[in-house]
Amino acid sequence: MPELNFCILIGAVLFVSGVVCMATKRNAIGVLMGVELVLNAANLNFVAFARYTALGLDGQILSLFVIVLAAAEAAVALAIALNFYNNHLTIDVDRADDLHG
Amino acid sequence: MATNFFFWLLLVVAIAGLAGLLLVRDASRRTPWLAAFLVSFGVLAVWQSAVMFKDTTASQVLFSLFGAAVCFGALGVVLSQNVVRMAFWLIVSLGSTSGLFFLLNADFVGAVQLLVYVGGTLVLLIFGVMLTASGPYVTMKTSPTEWVAAAVVSSLLLGLILVSAFGVDWQAVDYAEAGNTTTQDASAGSSVQEGTTLRPLGWALLGLRPDKDLQKPGEPSGVGYLLPFEIVSVHLLVVLIGAAYLARAKRRVDQTPGTTAL
Repeated sequence: MPELNFCILIGAVLFVSGVVCMATKRNAIGVLMGVELVLNAANLNFVAFARYTALGLDGQILSLFVIVLAAAEAAVALAIALNFYNNHLTIDVDRADDLHG
Repeated sequence: MATNFFFWLLLVVAIAGLAGLLLVRDASRRTPWLAAFLVSFGVLAVWQSAVMFKDTTASQVLFSLFGAAVCFGALGVVLSQNVVRMAFWLIVSLGSTSGLFFLLNADFVGAVQLLVYVGGTLVLLIFGVMLTASGPYVTMKTSPTEWVAAAVVSSLLLGLILVSAFGVDWQAVDYAEAGNTTTQDASAGSSVQEGTTLRPLGWALLGLRPDKDLQKPGEPSGVGYLLPFEIVSVHLLVVLIGAAYLARAKRRVDQTPGTTAL
């Protein structure tokens, strides 16, 4: 199935980009964007498998849940980032070492 | 014969234009060479691509374009240092993903992707960017050694994922899961194939799966998603209250006695 393989290729590129974004960015908002990319890769695979295999409508419903949970995750993570910025006056995640022993 | 002649003529004109463009020192005399190169090369490119992609349909062209935009946007998010540019590339990537969803017959999911992701989550992220900006010239650079390590690890991870995913014959897995060889017949004509998924999605979120029940009358009825839907609703409410609690503007604790700390 070439179409499914194309979708898997795009999803893999999105996933790896998100993981690299999470690993290399020092801005907390950048890390959040990496998380969004990873969730989007999962969504793309869900919808592609819903289209081309017997997964059917379930894949689309799961992708809807993923979208809602990603929105919730972004809201909470952004609140935590704002709180961190209020306390430290920076958004650099390397400076968040208050808990190291 | 005539097409061959025109092909070689255009190629010679394009090469001559390029050579003239490179050899002529005087800037004012470069213009005809540039025009010759651009016109012949453009005609060649359009002609050859039309010949090459003669059998592809419009949906395949759109699919490739959106897929390329998704990958390009993702790479832009990774490679750009400015966080505002990262947000822009993320908009490109997520918007193109919704285009892919529409092409994959997932109309409602594509619309939700546009509304919730691009319209909601990204606006939230951009507000976060604006509220946490620490000076216009402050960039948090990643060191070159970290870039090299990230490139090596990411290419290895991409290769691993692609090898393992392409090594699976998804058609065979599909048949093995369904237990028969008429999977495509069973799902043919369903809403997922036709791209009218709005009403079945609404039914499924209410716990009804008429698409499953009607197709296999003897089997146990399809599972709906009423309980996950309610859990996710309550979860969203709790999360929004928690986010508002976490991000509310705090006043500094007043050290003078007699005043209440807030």
